Amino acid sequence: MNATVRVSVVALFCLAAAACAKKQEIKAAPPPPEAPTATAPAQTEGVFTPADLQSNACLRTRVIYFDFDKSDIRGEFDNIVACHAKYLRDRPMARMTIEGNTDERGTREYNLGLGERRGNALASALEAAGASSSQIKVVSYGEERPVCREHNEGCWHQNRRDNIVYTTE
Amino acid sequence: MRMPKFPFALALVLLAALFATQAGAQGLTVQIVNGVPSAIPITVVPFGQEGSGPASPVDIAQIVSMDLDRCGKFRTLPTSEIVESPTTGSQIKFATWQQLKQQYIVVGRTTYSGGVLKADFELWDVAKQQQLLGLSISGQGSDLRRVAHQIADQIYQKIIGVRGAFDTRIAYVTMVGLGNDAQYSLVIADSDGYNPQTVVRSHEALLSPGWSPNGQELAYVSFESGNSAIYIQNIATGARRVVSARAGINGAPRFSPDGKRLAVSLSFQGNPEIYVMDLATGALTRLTHNLAIDTEPRWTPDGANIIFTSDRSGKPQLYEIPASGGTPQRITFQGQYNANASISYDGKKIAMVQGNGNVYRIAVMDRSLGGQETFVSPGNLDDAPSWAPNASMLLYAANEGPRGVLYAVSADGRVRQRLVLSDGDVREPAWGPYRSP
Repeated sequence: MNATVRVSVVALFCLAAAACAKKQEIKAAPPPPEAPTATAPAQTEGVFTPADLQSNACLRTRVIYFDFDKSDIRGEFDNIVACHAKYLRDRPMARMTIEGNTDERGTREYNLGLGERRGNALASALEAAGASSSQIKVVSYGEERPVCREHNEGCWHQNRRDNIVYTTE
Repeated sequence: MRMPKFPFALALVLLAALFATQAGAQGLTVQIVNGVPSAIPITVVPFGQEGSGPASPVDIAQIVSMDLDRCGKFRTLPTSEIVESPTTGSQIKFATWQQLKQQYIVVGRTTYSGGVLKADFELWDVAKQQQLLGLSISGQGSDLRRVAHQIADQIYQKIIGVRGAFDTRIAYVTMVGLGNDAQYSLVIADSDGYNPQTVVRSHEALLSPGWSPNGQELAYVSFESGNSAIYIQNIATGARRVVSARAGINGAPRFSPDGKRLAVSLSFQGNPEIYVMDLATGALTRLTHNLAIDTEPRWTPDGANIIFTSDRSGKPQLYEIPASGGTPQRITFQGQYNANASISYDGKKIAMVQGNGNVYRIAVMDRSLGGQETFVSPGNLDDAPSWAPNASMLLYAANEGPRGVLYAVSADGRVRQRLVLSDGDVREPAWGPYRSP
């Protein structure tokens, strides 16, 4: 299987997992991360390794963006959630810090809360897709770590984000 | 909201022009935003020099004039119009000052010897030709400017009837550099921005400084450990301790009026909630229980209640809850977004950040006037109002192009002054308590 095909298969699986994940969100216990199931053929064929963090286009994406004053994960990022969730399932020893960030509008302390809400939203989505809560730590930086410093929406939307940082690959 | 748009626009143009020439210099510019018809005309005559020692290193009369002007309650006579230079009451020709429509006149003399500055001053009522004050104030070392601030405080109290707050300190955070080169400093300075001293430096963000009621300690949030943590630091000794470094957010510390407790916002139990920490034992009392963001707790002056920010109704609004626990009551209903309250010493005026659309301004709600609100800042991204201990003025943070700056504004919003404090980005002002002389 060439790389392109494998990525597509993984992406397809990821989409399916994400779709299921939404229905499972209300369940208390996510499935154990190390338990591949017979109904997930992609998993037996392509188990992520740390090298994929550099080579896999989906895994290389470590940032997702949010709407103003919102913490819902937009549908366009479902595949990002799914591939990182699969990585965490495939690598039970892997650890991730999610850094939640906001734009500059509003007060700094409230934005700390909003940044945390965004980090938690991604953590919940990853857990719903099979990652273990013990693998994920959320830190909110609020508006303290902007990547863009102009006072306009073109800048603000780049700052309303979660950054994914692997602390153990 | 009550202010016409044109004076704001005009003031901003004037401010921009002035600041273009003053960037980087430590100095002060008083801007009259709207006319202040009720401002009291007062002349502070340049002080004379007594004795054979060197001249005073600080211009007492100028500092006193600046203080009186920026609080919005006085209008000093410009130096160019001070046609006579009495230095004692007996030298004042009252007809001259009556003709200049002055209500009060201040005269005085300084002696400077062995590093000690002594200022003798008198305050006179021009119409009644009556002496109201005659005092001698001394200072030395780094406290020379305090002599002038204390004179201004005496004048303020005699005429206004409320204790002056010029001889106080402010705290704020500066940031220079970007990204990995960023350097944050928590700084304290005199109320007019002079004598800045760095309390702590960090390569990670510092925010939310809050003064202990005796002015000896600051509580603040630092990200130096990689996550938010709350520290309390003694200003004189530099000694500090971590009071909360739990998982999640450790934010928004504020000392209780008796100094024994710290109100904080912590998220270790799932999402940001308001807690009160007993500083002697570290024991926490949780005040709020819901899925919203609850943060920015502020004590009412009697220590009985806490006003905080919560988005339990959708957008952030201010709520009030007994400090011992109870049911929160929403107290703000104007504006889409209300947060970051500062409560005046008498509990009547609540300053806050009020957001509507993309415009965030400082609003003051007067609870003694049925919650009537006025805006005291022009926006667009103003934050962190902080009352002077006598509520004559507010500090707040604003943006000037790419950088953050601080403004001091009179309580009625009519007189606004930018504090030129640093070349970096300045934010998070906190006005300290009264100082003992």
